[in-house]
Amino acid sequence: MSLQNKLAEAFKVNTKNVTVENYKKEAFEAFSQKGFPTTKDEEWKYTSLRSILKNEYGIESAKATSVTAETIAPYLVEGLDSYKLIFLDGVFQASLSDTIEEVSVKLLSEAIEDASYEDVFKNKYNSLAKGQTSLTDLNTAFTNEGVIIEVAKSKVVSKPVELVYLASGETAAMLLQPRNLIIVGENAQVKFIERHQSIADVATFNNVVTEVFVGQNGIFDLYKIQNDKNNASLVDATFVSQERDTVASVYTFSFGGNITRNNLSFSQNGPGCDSILNGVTILEGDQLVDNHTLVDHKSPDCQSNETYKGIYGGKSTGVFNGKVIVDQAAQRINAYQQNDSVLISDSATINSKPQLEIFADDVKCSHGCTIGQLDKSALFYMQQRGIPKVEAEALLMFAFCSDAIKEVKIPALKRKINQLMADKLGVNIRFDEI
Amino acid sequence: MLKIENLHAKVEGNDILKGLNIEVKPGEVHAIMGPNGAGKSTLASVVAGNENYEVTDGKISLDGEDLEDLSPDERAHKGIFLSFQYPVEIPGVTVTNFIKTAINAKRKSQGLEDMPAAEMLKKIREKAALLEIDKTFLSRSLNEGFSGGEKKRNEIFQMAMLEPKLAILDETDSGLDIDALRIVANGVNKLKSKDNAVVVITHYQRLLDYIVPDFVHVLADGKIVKSGGKELALELEAKGYDWLK
Repeated sequence: MSLQNKLAEAFKVNTKNVTVENYKKEAFEAFSQKGFPTTKDEEWKYTSLRSILKNEYGIESAKATSVTAETIAPYLVEGLDSYKLIFLDGVFQASLSDTIEEVSVKLLSEAIEDASYEDVFKNKYNSLAKGQTSLTDLNTAFTNEGVIIEVAKSKVVSKPVELVYLASGETAAMLLQPRNLIIVGENAQVKFIERHQSIADVATFNNVVTEVFVGQNGIFDLYKIQNDKNNASLVDATFVSQERDTVASVYTFSFGGNITRNNLSFSQNGPGCDSILNGVTILEGDQLVDNHTLVDHKSPDCQSNETYKGIYGGKSTGVFNGKVIVDQAAQRINAYQQNDSVLISDSATINSKPQLEIFADDVKCSHGCTIGQLDKSALFYMQQRGIPKVEAEALLMFAFCSDAIKEVKIPALKRKINQLMADKLGVNIRFDEI
Repeated sequence: MLKIENLHAKVEGNDILKGLNIEVKPGEVHAIMGPNGAGKSTLASVVAGNENYEVTDGKISLDGEDLEDLSPDERAHKGIFLSFQYPVEIPGVTVTNFIKTAINAKRKSQGLEDMPAAEMLKKIREKAALLEIDKTFLSRSLNEGFSGGEKKRNEIFQMAMLEPKLAILDETDSGLDIDALRIVANGVNKLKSKDNAVVVITHYQRLLDYIVPDFVHVLADGKIVKSGGKELALELEAKGYDWLK
């Protein structure tokens, strides 16, 4: 049976919350009509999900066996004092997670049955994701767990929040569809680290949706670490809605996994917004990472700054599609976009496409795209100083990516990223000291 | 120390070196002069092991060891240093961290541990002072946005840090004003000893007022066409190169 038919059979609405029930019905209807995207769809031209849709996924969350702190340790950021929220096969793991008093944390499964969340469901939940793509609809129809996090007005959260969604892989292949909603209050500041990770090498398909609202003068940072097993795929949709004078940053570090598709959408709804979208992709083998970004400038006097760097080896494929819309009312916008790729193998591919739609006349929009190979003269220079070729190459690749990493504000996370990069590049260099 | 015999080399199919011989002994300073296109930079690149150049005949040896099969980094570990005519910009790697990486790579090849941080720092400070290099300069990305003079000074700073056995200075004087030239030359002279050697490649005689050569060779059309003492450089400056052809 095809996955779509299987989903049709499994769909049921059993929540006690009419609002959510309606979202689910509507979303299921929309998904049934659209189905999974194919490469005939312009937005999915270079990314085929066919190979991962043929797996026999379990759709219900399996009753997870337990997992120990030691097992999950490698997937956390070493030496980082953070608030951890751990899920296993879609089930919250209270014993491995931290209690957070600084912010309000509510599991989606509990919020649905809590009348005090009715406003949140009516006004925030699904308001950004609704009808966006068939996969966001699929998530809305089937999701049964995730977190709703609210940061109160003027609260500066003292530690980053680490959101870790694990797949045990102990049963069969699994389709996991977590759903997050983050509401950052006016003048509040908070940082998140998000990871989806399989523990065993069983096919996993993560279809994730996160909606973020940043209130006036708020500052929001989200760091996505994507270094999953070769059999795990991820389709992520993250929506960030910014009110006036906010700064929102999303970093996407993609080093692993099978097929990874990141849909990142920012909307600037008031003047003085700053959106930062940075990404580093390092791939080998048959891996594919597709970064689709959208910045919708709806208000004047805003900025967006986008830097994506990619290194592609083996037969890997990269896709970058960066769309910037500047509405007519959005005067004096400064939008910068840069996508640079290095191909270190003859069989690797990058498809890079900037897409600018500008309806205002007083704006500065720049976009740049480079595709190249490692600079041979730089390699010779470094080797001449005694640095062996492999390390010289790694150093050049690290330096190439540095623009997209240097602004990472959490030192322990920066160390972790540097370590993951060194591992991926096959060298034992402590890049933090470079 | 360095012995080059009947060296033939080509790049992109063009024969550049056509039977070059030279021998450099410890404690000596040699100057190689010659017109543009004579093969001076090719010689420097070939000795350093640049893979874009193909050695078609002849032999290069250092302390009796044939360099043919050694990669550029292995040659560097043996003590060969090339000060580049056009140093390469490496954004994202600072001067300090680059030189640390280079020194520790050499130590690793000798089976030594990394240089202790305090020792490294002391050495960096000492050599930076020798070349009148400012502290802020050291935390900038390697050669990125450096002026021509800063790049050359940085090359000699790295040479001072790495303490090579054989230093080849390829047009180190180009882009240097007279004050910077004095600083750079002074740095080179301070590093000179009876155990190491310097090969200065230059188009003009001026640098040789400061780094005084024991021997001057004229390279033209891929061969050494004339050798002599330091007075040859003055003659070349006055007469140009045409009379040698």
